[in-house]
Amino acid sequence: MKIAVCLKRVPDTVAKITIGPDRKSIDEAGLKFVLNPYDEFAVEEALALKEKAGAGETVAYSLGTDAAQETIRTALAMGIDRAVLLQSAGSPDGLEVAKAMAAELKAGGFDLILFGKLAVDDYNQQVGPMVAELLGLPCVSSVAHLTIADGAVEAEREVEGGVEVVACRLPAVLTCDKGLNNPRLPSLKGIMAAKKKLLEVKPVSLGPGSIEVLGLEYPAERKAGRIVGEGTDAVPELVRLLRTEAKVL
Amino acid sequence: MSATILVVTEAREGAVRKVSHELLALARELAGTTGSVDAAVLAADAPGGVDDLRGFGADRVLVARHPDFARYSPDGFATTVASLAAGHSVVLLAATATGKDLAPRVAAKLGVGLASDVTALGFRDGALVATRPVYAGRAIQQVKLRATPAIVTVRPNSFQPRPKDASLTGAVDAVAVPAFEARVTVRALKASEKAALDVTEAPIVVSGGRGLKEPANFKLLEDLAEALGNTAVGASRAVVDAGWRDHAAQVGQTGKTVSPGLYIAVGISGAIQHLAGMRTAKTIVAINRDKDAPIFKVADYGIVGDLFEILPRLTEEIRKVRSEK
Ligand SMILES: Cc1cc2nc3c(=O)[nH]c(=O)nc-3n(C[C@H](O)[C@H](O)[C@H](O)COP(=O)(O)OP(=O)(O)OC[C@H]3O[C@@H](n4cnc5c(N)ncnc54)[C@H](O)[C@@H]3O)c2cc1C
Ligand SMILES: Nc1ncnc2c1ncn2[C@@H]1O[C@H](COP(=O)(O)O)[C@@H](O)[C@H]1O
Repeated sequence: MKIAVCLKRVPDTVAKITIGPDRKSIDEAGLKFVLNPYDEFAVEEALALKEKAGAGETVAYSLGTDAAQETIRTALAMGIDRAVLLQSAGSPDGLEVAKAMAAELKAGGFDLILFGKLAVDDYNQQVGPMVAELLGLPCVSSVAHLTIADGAVEAEREVEGGVEVVACRLPAVLTCDKGLNNPRLPSLKGIMAAKKKLLEVKPVSLGPGSIEVLGLEYPAERKAGRIVGEGTDAVPELVRLLRTEAKVL
Repeated sequence: MSATILVVTEAREGAVRKVSHELLALARELAGTTGSVDAAVLAADAPGGVDDLRGFGADRVLVARHPDFARYSPDGFATTVASLAAGHSVVLLAATATGKDLAPRVAAKLGVGLASDVTALGFRDGALVATRPVYAGRAIQQVKLRATPAIVTVRPNSFQPRPKDASLTGAVDAVAVPAFEARVTVRALKASEKAALDVTEAPIVVSGGRGLKEPANFKLLEDLAEALGNTAVGASRAVVDAGWRDHAAQVGQTGKTVSPGLYIAVGISGAIQHLAGMRTAKTIVAINRDKDAPIFKVADYGIVGDLFEILPRLTEEIRKVRSEK
């Protein structure tokens, strides 16, 4: 099995976000960055599938600045065989990112191309299915359960009120959701080995795209709430407020 | 130039979903008096409620029927929507499981950008501008969509459906489904045991956290949900990871994002990743015994105390006011 995994470097989900002076992007100074949490599921799945097949290759791709090398090394330390950095400042238009990735992945001869469901910075949830469409490959998004046998993929994805069972053939594109697996932590040995693994750097240039960021703001503070009271005595007052003030009952 | 808007509707269990009515209300607002709103229906058999789509804001209803469309057909839907998009300046889809899967495929087919999970949308100096939460709700981004058509997925519960105009019914046009290659097939739809209401769709959500102590105690929340009516039961990640509740019920960064009219958080501390999933609820109520719990910082109304005493009392009080109505 030859498997590609697409990785994005994103701010740590618990980090405090500071909006930069341009009022369009965040201030990255001092911010901790991590491998996008959903991409960890993709890395784990690639490793587990290769282990199960007993042979093959896993290759990580990340589009980003040189800083993304650190993120890529995390995946290499988890066990990915080699990696490619598509050097670019990125784009708010997911289709431009998808085009650059598709161009690179096209000739790779991959049986499977794995993505995270969503990048927790831009919340676009689009690059994976776009790459599939550009490459003419079948795609199942938000996969929470997966079986692959004899080139047949059966995947489950959560939908409102239930679970969809989706089938396709390899080669295919999948985007990985929570629940798919439990990502391993890089071992000390893995971290050492990662330093010697091949990390190719290829500059790419993205088109202008059609999505333009006009501004970035902090979310409106919710107006200060109040403690209605303590214990069961406060219940009638809460219900009264919900009816007459909030008008939600 | 006036806006010509295509709304891609969704059906579930044979009926048009409420979120589609929300999109029609938004589309009507964008179209103003000079623009137009088309509602697309993709189905094997037209679902219930198609005759009402004009009453909810559509000028035309376009029904694309295909035997494969009894379930979601990713390739068939994408091909059909991409073809229907011609002649429209804006295509609106719901940011639901289906819409989030479908929209990027359509955008890639048309070679245009996509603004995902949008909570507000409008024209500014002739340009379409979308507002969308990013960084797990820690910041709000505004983007301009420069391509035609502009493709947008809209977060459920962000807009109110218009009151139905019962005088406008029928007038449904059949449209052709272009040939497509079904590379992916949806084999089955397994309904969750409590197929009832999904947390993303429910007008009221009551969520429980580790404070409930053990899985059986969620009965207290289910009772409250039943008393409130039309209410879904959500959960924090802590209790989902512990296996007490299904992941489908998880609210937060790695779960669902919900925007109900009323969100009641019970025994939930209010970690930033939980807030990411519910901070756009219209009214938030928190019940927690720790008066310093961060959930109280976002709650409109809070009660400090033991949930095991408060919940039964609250359920009883709600039942009482409901029966008075
Ligand atoms: C990458 C990442 C993603 C995450 N994604 C999510 C997510 O999607 N959703 C999510 O919820 N979390 C998420 N988390 C986890 C989050 O950080 C918290 O750990 C989690 O939300 C805590 O759940 P809780 O509030 O139920 O539990 P706790 O934090 O343990 O809170 C329990 C609360 O119950 C109260 N309590 C206890 N007993 C009683 C009683 N008898 N009466 C009243 N109150 C009582 C306590 O005072 C306390 O405030 C994520 C974390 C990470 C790192
Ligand atoms: N710059 C990037 N480099 C590599 N992979 C990316 C990049 N952006 C997005 N992806 C992949 O696409 C998924 C969805 O991202 P998004 O559409 O931005 O939410 C991520 O989980 C990654 O797998």
